[in-house]
Amino acid sequence: MSGISAEQVAHLAQLARIDLSPEEILSLTTELDQIVDSVAKVTAVATPDVPATSHPIPLQNVFRPDVVGETLTLEQALQNAPAHDGSRFKVSAILGEEQ
Amino acid sequence: MARAQLMDFDKALELFEPVMGFEVHVELNTKTKMFSDAPNVFGAEPNTGLSPLCLGLPGTLPVVNEQAVRYSISLGLALGCSIAESSRFARKNYFYPDTPKNYQISQYDEPIAFEGSVEIELADGTLIDIPIERAHMEEDAGKLTHIGGSSGRIQGADYSLVDYNRAGVPLVEIVTKPIYGGEHRSPEIAKAYVAAIRDIVVSLGISDAKMERGNLRCDANVSLRPRVAEGAQPAPLGTRTETKNVNSLRSVERAVRFEIQRQAAILAKGGSITQETRHWHEDTGETSAGRPKSDADDYRYFPEPDLLPVVPSAELVEELRAALPEQPAVRRRRLKAEWGFTDLEFQDIQNSGLLTEVSETVAAGASPAAARKWWTGEIARLANAADADAASLVSPADVAALAGLVEAGTLTDRLARQVLEGVVAGEGTPQQVVDARGLAVVSDDGALIAAIDEALAAQPDVLEKIRDGKVQAAGAVIGAVMKAMKGQADAARVRELVLERANA
Amino acid sequence: MSDIIRLSAADLGASIAAGDITSVEATQAHLDRIDAVDGAVHAYLHVAPELALAAAARVDAQRAAGEKLGPLAGVPIAVKDVLVTTDMPSTSGSKILEGYMSPFDATVVKKVREAGLIPIGKTNMDEFAMGSSTEHSAYGPTRNPWALDRIPGGSGGGSAAAVAGYEASIALGSDTGGSIRQPAHVTGTVGVKPTYGAVSRYGAIALASSLDQIGPVSRTVLDSALLQDIIGGHDPHDSTSLRSEWPSMADAVRNASVQGLKVGVIKQLQGDGFQAGVMARFQESLALLEQNGAEIVELEAPSFEHAIAAYYLILPAEASSNLAKFDSVRFGLRVNPTSGGTVEDVMSATRDAGFGPEVKRRIILGTYALSAGYYDAYYGSAQKVRTLVQRDFAAAFSQVDVIASPTAPTTAFKLGEKLNDPLAMYLNDIATIPANLAGIPGITLPAGLADEDGLPVGIQFLAPAHEDARLYNVGGALEQLLVAQWGGHLLEQAPDLLELIKAAAEEGAR
Repeated sequence: MSGISAEQVAHLAQLARIDLSPEEILSLTTELDQIVDSVAKVTAVATPDVPATSHPIPLQNVFRPDVVGETLTLEQALQNAPAHDGSRFKVSAILGEEQ
Repeated sequence: MARAQLMDFDKALELFEPVMGFEVHVELNTKTKMFSDAPNVFGAEPNTGLSPLCLGLPGTLPVVNEQAVRYSISLGLALGCSIAESSRFARKNYFYPDTPKNYQISQYDEPIAFEGSVEIELADGTLIDIPIERAHMEEDAGKLTHIGGSSGRIQGADYSLVDYNRAGVPLVEIVTKPIYGGEHRSPEIAKAYVAAIRDIVVSLGISDAKMERGNLRCDANVSLRPRVAEGAQPAPLGTRTETKNVNSLRSVERAVRFEIQRQAAILAKGGSITQETRHWHEDTGETSAGRPKSDADDYRYFPEPDLLPVVPSAELVEELRAALPEQPAVRRRRLKAEWGFTDLEFQDIQNSGLLTEVSETVAAGASPAAARKWWTGEIARLANAADADAASLVSPADVAALAGLVEAGTLTDRLARQVLEGVVAGEGTPQQVVDARGLAVVSDDGALIAAIDEALAAQPDVLEKIRDGKVQAAGAVIGAVMKAMKGQADAARVRELVLERANA
Repeated sequence: MSDIIRLSAADLGASIAAGDITSVEATQAHLDRIDAVDGAVHAYLHVAPELALAAAARVDAQRAAGEKLGPLAGVPIAVKDVLVTTDMPSTSGSKILEGYMSPFDATVVKKVREAGLIPIGKTNMDEFAMGSSTEHSAYGPTRNPWALDRIPGGSGGGSAAAVAGYEASIALGSDTGGSIRQPAHVTGTVGVKPTYGAVSRYGAIALASSLDQIGPVSRTVLDSALLQDIIGGHDPHDSTSLRSEWPSMADAVRNASVQGLKVGVIKQLQGDGFQAGVMARFQESLALLEQNGAEIVELEAPSFEHAIAAYYLILPAEASSNLAKFDSVRFGLRVNPTSGGTVEDVMSATRDAGFGPEVKRRIILGTYALSAGYYDAYYGSAQKVRTLVQRDFAAAFSQVDVIASPTAPTTAFKLGEKLNDPLAMYLNDIATIPANLAGIPGITLPAGLADEDGLPVGIQFLAPAHEDARLYNVGGALEQLLVAQWGGHLLEQAPDLLELIKAAAEEGAR
């Protein structure tokens, strides 16, 4: 067992902004523990001499010219907004500070 | 902490050695955003001109703006940095309503530029090299407006509104290494460093660099360490605070000074410094506690899978290197010679952080002397009174226009100062202010002569004295005429005419 | 059953081109079929009859005006709900996106519209494409048209079931670890995961960006080839989109031959855990290829053993970041906690209510794999395994032209059977995952029915990156040989769906 604790899951849920119920935290702790246990074997073969691959097909220098394209209308921008004031998206008060 | 509880600055320096570090964010003035073809403009109506990516809509993907990469490399070179052979983007994951994808595309372990240095010049002409750790590319966030509550600040607001126009604007973040040895000049160094960065990006033409608009933003890190006896092991670095978004040159200087005094007071009492971000309050000139830095700052960086590495070719780097404008130090020497200023006169400009403004004013047609006079004189005075950066009050083009009006005799210095106040108050260009306020010098001799004749007629004794050769008596008449013309006359010309009329 | 819906997409396109039938007739025939069977199958989350008929009428008008149209013009196509569309909701199978209308079309959707295909509806899928059974859809599961108590595979069970159940001539899917190929395997259809970057991902609601690929779902290899010819090619909106010139995949099928073809068989992709009937059909297909001039070569790929583990670290990590945008601010569901609260509380409540258990499981797992102190051990190591898998493929392809394997270890299992055992569910993807890790293309086509349950079995071929045409060649050739042996397509052996539905209704009534 990789020893994942409920506290850890609660912290991860907070990082991921999911308000998990205590029951969810409990069941996820068990499941995560099993999953992590079964995937942890990757560390065994990932020796320092093996480079990491982040992209399956190696490409580089993919750029876009600095030319303005088509844009959304204000109506399109706001069309799916749960709440807005006619021009801006509206959210509840913010507790934390910007990063 | 109230000002009264701060430690005296000199005392603080006796006990502690300040160590500084800066993160300066520069908004690039590309036509489009960093990762989408939405326009990069300031001041548009909220949430207009957006691309789906600016809103992080499902299915959107980023594509790198080539111009932003070129600008970033140029800036890296101007900072004396090495340009990475291979550089890549990473995702910095954190939830915040101004961040449309809830991750910021930034660079992490492979920045585009690293290991450089910037030479800055202090008031007394001392040159100091500021070591640069890295410069990396990233995207800006949207803008929040907090509604309700007492202050429009985040604390106590009822709700917030989000405008994503700024989301995705290309940024370069320049990070210094720790800056040691600044000692009592640390605040001055802080200001000179940010001014130097501003000069560099302006000379490169890659940013509008208006601090008041947030084109250039500075986070200042300050820590103190106790002094030790000479020869002893230096004390370990103290806990640092990061004062965010100090958005004027003047404030950078003040914020560093404040933090040194604040931290010294706490440490001297045996207290400890909390590692945290702090907010700068322009109005009170103080910093206040913000978010504590902790393990919760887990940004879960990983290579951005939607973007490919940026591998600048040697040819591209050399092309951009060849196109770099002259080094700031070289530029300073050149300008000083071209403008024919004395050391003192030039330092005056340097110290005010107004080299760019004076230079642009000269470029806009003013004489160097006039440009210097206006910026370091009247404009600096107005800025001081308004607690603002001089550059935020008026544009170089307007100053040049003002100097031009004086040169042409349309305005006297005194009138020009009134016009300047109008420009600063937002009444338009100097010419528009002149027209609107009717401030031009009365250069119509006929009108002046009429007023002189009237004044002479009213003071026959004075006329006699002048005719007797007591020229200084003319002063009374001149005064009367100036008053009649509401000050809008050239006193020298009035004097000439008075003598002419009196002896006619 | 109407003959129109039984035609392959290629034949239907040809009939429309020849003026034998109109696109409106073809579209209406499929809409009628959907009416008749989709209540039971639930392949679709959204059907758009008016839009489809209007689009069909436009194609018919273009045809009447003598415009030269593509080979699939007028053919109804089902679109996996992972792809955003301007005229139909796009939910990715999630409650958090219920009713979401995109202001732009996914590039592939744009391309199929331009080619005259008729988007007829959006198909069901595991929520955010996380799953191998479509049971994780927030809108209820899809059922396998071969046996209604069985899963249709996942995540693209809806697209596979729509095609297998004759509810669309052809469909679009997405494949992150097998989501096109495994559903095709269990529904007796064809599915292709193109080379990573061969088809634009723009407008596909991202699951794991470095693994996702859009591809065709069809009843014949030629149909998939014709669709890949339409949706493939460079897209400036997708940085990972390849700029390669692609040969005609349809020509590769038409000129298919396995004479002299070297086919590798990977030891690690057979044996333990693979159902006997699955292995039997696989071996027979290999024998058939050998009889027709192919050479079979045994190969080792030792790191494949770690592929699933690497995949279940990379996928959740990327997904945890990709799904962060669903925060109730700009679009999608918003749930306000009863006690009010800050925007942070609203985001957390929304994401708790809007995401299903599998999505939460993977987000938490991905958050863990990326978090400080664990990154190197988990995400970093997984990216290294990816390198090892690529090296195994490179070594293999230095000896053979294509690799063959069973597509998945078992035939369609029963609904609910593995729902509460995530690890067992993850093992379904053992044979399909390596291709996604390496970015190489893969195809699956029907290989027959398993003896023990009479359910379809697929065979998978893999080729080096950029060599998608090789897959259409070998797939086309094997399909031709098998169809000749069976005397028709495998789907023709499927039980009558209407009968199944009737029987199920009676069962339910009893």
